Amino acid sequence: MINWNDRISPVVKNVPPSGIRKFFDIASEMEDVISLGVGEPDFITPWSIRESCVYGLEQGYTSYTANRGLMELREEICILHKNRFDLDYDPKTNVLVTVGVSEALDIAMRTILCPGDEILIPEPCYVSYKACATLAGGIPVPVAAKAANDFRITPDDLEPHVSPKTKALLIGYPNNPTGAILSKEELEAIARFAIKHDLIVISDEIYGDLTYGGVKHICFAGLPEMKDRTILLNGFSKAYAMTGWRIGYALSNPDIIAAMTKIHQYTMLCAPITAQIAAVEALRHGEKYMRKMVSEYDKRRRLIYDGLQNAGLKCFEPKGAFYIFPDITSTGLTSEEFAEKILIQEHVALVPGNAFGESGEGFVRCSYATSIEQISEALARIEHFVNNL
Amino acid sequence: MRELLELLKHDARRPARELAAILNISEYEVEQKMAQLENDKIILSYNTLINWEKTGENTVTSIIEVNLTPQREVGFDAIAERIYRFDEVRTVYLMSGSFDLLVIIEGKSMQDVANFVATRLATIEGVTQTRSHFLLKPYKKDGIIINDKEKDRRLVMSI
Repeated sequence: MINWNDRISPVVKNVPPSGIRKFFDIASEMEDVISLGVGEPDFITPWSIRESCVYGLEQGYTSYTANRGLMELREEICILHKNRFDLDYDPKTNVLVTVGVSEALDIAMRTILCPGDEILIPEPCYVSYKACATLAGGIPVPVAAKAANDFRITPDDLEPHVSPKTKALLIGYPNNPTGAILSKEELEAIARFAIKHDLIVISDEIYGDLTYGGVKHICFAGLPEMKDRTILLNGFSKAYAMTGWRIGYALSNPDIIAAMTKIHQYTMLCAPITAQIAAVEALRHGEKYMRKMVSEYDKRRRLIYDGLQNAGLKCFEPKGAFYIFPDITSTGLTSEEFAEKILIQEHVALVPGNAFGESGEGFVRCSYATSIEQISEALARIEHFVNNL
Repeated sequence: MRELLELLKHDARRPARELAAILNISEYEVEQKMAQLENDKIILSYNTLINWEKTGENTVTSIIEVNLTPQREVGFDAIAERIYRFDEVRTVYLMSGSFDLLVIIEGKSMQDVANFVATRLATIEGVTQTRSHFLLKPYKKDGIIINDKEKDRRLVMSI
């Protein structure tokens, strides 16, 4: 018998599997499960966007595109950043269209990390960050954001983790899983920290359009001296409900984009033309649909924030993304115990906080990208669960 | 207020507690505001959108274009009122274009509706012409797709 496991690269072997596998398997078997464990919009892509893709197919748009993406799409991306953040990007040299932010994240890491280079990754955070750094040959250095500070990372948190090998910092705000955002002042402090230590900053702003309560998203690359230093990642999945289209982009200085394009060219060639056409439509005509979805999320956010507190779970008010991150330590359960018990007893699926890093222990992630009716029912079940422990 | 109206427009049966949580006000305030909106005739009624086809009951809906001779002083309003007072008439709009009133009538059968048009509507003084269109199949009504096949296809959990 050949042991195929022995043939697998130890680098890959050491990357931990997803932290939700177990819960996913149980939840998949349940008929009446209410899932607050989904990391994508419950909306279907707005029809005008879908229709543009169908039309494109009818017109025979089935070829490769330029490696960097359709020029029209790159132009629209640049116009968006000019209009919204007064950022001047050149569609020819500053933009790379990727297969989702996931690909952009992967190739950004591979582009900048040499073996042994360290990258600071505030936690709790999206699960791919550390894995991508490891697979790129770098060393992810997790930095716990403090619960007491509502998981907003500060230079004081980061400073003790800086070493001569620290090359980059990865931030993701609005944050998955906490829903935290950083204010302009807080981001400026991070920017000064980046300059002080001469770091490249990868800023994952996939939830940038999803901010609430009159708070406007601040684009990290728009801060003084940050444009060239930042690899700005964004995409269409969350704001335009286009997760399955797999379309995102990276914006940075021409050298980094050219280097990223090399990897993209040899591994992906280009993002699917169908999705690129749809993305052009999203940027040209999709904003009103996006705003409507955001206002729906906002209603749900207020409902779930109120409901979790009524259920006796402490949480801070999330101002971005579509997640809320209640503290479940008052129940005496660990994150995983809480998630497993509530799934089995109440048929409510949510994600244990430790799936997003050790500092997420004691919390669970609830997604409110689901209908108000479902959220109301889930809240009733959560309250019942907490009161009967 | 706009947000409350939007919430009720989507679902008029939302519990006050839920509305209060979403709007960040108390339940009492929600009830006060709703009473005020009803009083001010901003909220006129709480309707239910019913797919009658599924109940097996037959109803016939006809959309009628009506031409009028406007009257001195009151224009179209007096004739419109004579028309909209009938229970059979569900909707009346004054229109721009090649006809004046759009009238929607519901009845139990085509005969029923035809009778009403011939004996009641067309004979009103000032009505010069009617053109009836019977509705065959509803696809979408008031923003709701009647037989929506789109469903939640997401994985039950994802990160």
